[in-house]
Amino acid sequence: MATVRIPPVLRSSTNGEREVDAAGDDVGAVLRSVTEQHPATETQLFADGGDLNRYVNVYLNDEDVRVLDGLETPVGTGDVLVILPAMAGGS
Amino acid sequence: MPSGSEFIRQIKDQVQEIDPAEVNELTHEGVAIVDVRETEETESGLLPGAKHVPRGYLESRIEGVVPDRSTPVVIYCASGTRSALAAHTLTELGYEDVRSMTGGITLWKDRGYKVDVPRKFTPEQRERYSRHFLLPEIGVEGQQRLLDAKVLLLGAGGLGSPTALYLAAAGVGQIGIVDDDTVDLSNLQRQVIHTTDRIGVPKVDSAEISMKAINPDVDVVKYETRLDASNIMEIIEGYDVIVDGVDNFPTRYLLNDATVRLQIPVVSASILGFDGQLSVFQPYEGPCYRCLYPVPPPAELAPSCGANGVLGVLPGTMGLLQATEVIKLVVGTGEPLVGRLLLYEALGATFTELKVRRDPECPVCSRPPEEISDDEMGVFPDYEAFCAAAG
Repeated sequence: MATVRIPPVLRSSTNGEREVDAAGDDVGAVLRSVTEQHPATETQLFADGGDLNRYVNVYLNDEDVRVLDGLETPVGTGDVLVILPAMAGGS
Repeated sequence: MPSGSEFIRQIKDQVQEIDPAEVNELTHEGVAIVDVRETEETESGLLPGAKHVPRGYLESRIEGVVPDRSTPVVIYCASGTRSALAAHTLTELGYEDVRSMTGGITLWKDRGYKVDVPRKFTPEQRERYSRHFLLPEIGVEGQQRLLDAKVLLLGAGGLGSPTALYLAAAGVGQIGIVDDDTVDLSNLQRQVIHTTDRIGVPKVDSAEISMKAINPDVDVVKYETRLDASNIMEIIEGYDVIVDGVDNFPTRYLLNDATVRLQIPVVSASILGFDGQLSVFQPYEGPCYRCLYPVPPPAELAPSCGANGVLGVLPGTMGLLQATEVIKLVVGTGEPLVGRLLLYEALGATFTELKVRRDPECPVCSRPPEEISDDEMGVFPDYEAFCAAAG
């Protein structure tokens, strides 16, 4: 089981939860588990072809999965996934 | 026995002299330039790169300043007399190539050549910045760098308010502020640089009043405008550091592209609700904003397009982290937040640090700055129309 940190813009899709526990052997499976628990996150995370949307960064612990093996990056128990869309608020 | 003036004339006949025009050509080469005036005379400036050794200490200190006697030495004083006597002394000490500058620094200045004026802290400044002087990481040199620094703040809003106040307090010499808005009552829950009696006043004017109130030394440069492709290069050029607190993606991408092109570091923060993000984008040394976020999110995931809530304290926290990074960059101390993204989540009181890598295929910073054209800056598909549609 991994912990997935939910960014503020997605919390309306996770009943306000800031962290979601999700099972899966790799990043893709963990994120699929999130979308199964909270279906409204599906289109925000994944593009039509099943890839991650380009505007969503996902980090396994502190490393961007783009420099690891993307959705196939293995995930271990106790790992933390951070979902991070860009934010522009400043005022 | 000769008179004093005869003695000087005799010495001048024996030493080599050099015209300021010739010295001006030498200043960037391997020549030691020595100022032999009294300490108080040097307060109005020295020749660039000159070392100061008062004539009375010449014999005892010259070896510390010019250890190699074969190094060519140019000596000057106020008008050329004391330097001739000093040149004579150095020749007697075995220096092989010693020349006295004719007319001294007086003639040098008359000719319009450059003079470096050492910063002299006033008693008021010594008191004001005394806590910085006590820190070895900042000290006199660091404070001098702060006083010489030019920092541009994009926005005098939530993030810009604390940043502007603390950078002014720290003695940053020139602070530019870009903001086209006026103070609104709903701003005052977080924009602490403004005040209730300044509602309706342009934010740049209101910010200037508060900054000048805390430190009258600061030169505030106001840009009451919105940063866009037509003015960005003109506004940002010449600044040492830019503090990004803008509230929309088009400007963030535009800023990124322009600062990569001009190689100006950006201390970037963003806030939403109870969450903040912070990073330093140092062009070509670390990733740029496009390396981190190759494309902006669609409008429904980019709530900055519309009105959203934010905890009033949050921009204070994030803005002060920005101000801290600015001071580190200016002073050249510590480890700047380059290649790292710091996330602050106020409800859980957690800080998370993520690695940010340079993207070898980044459309902007994978190329040399001169290849980034005006037409490319800030470009991505139809975003402004998208935001406008989302309201």
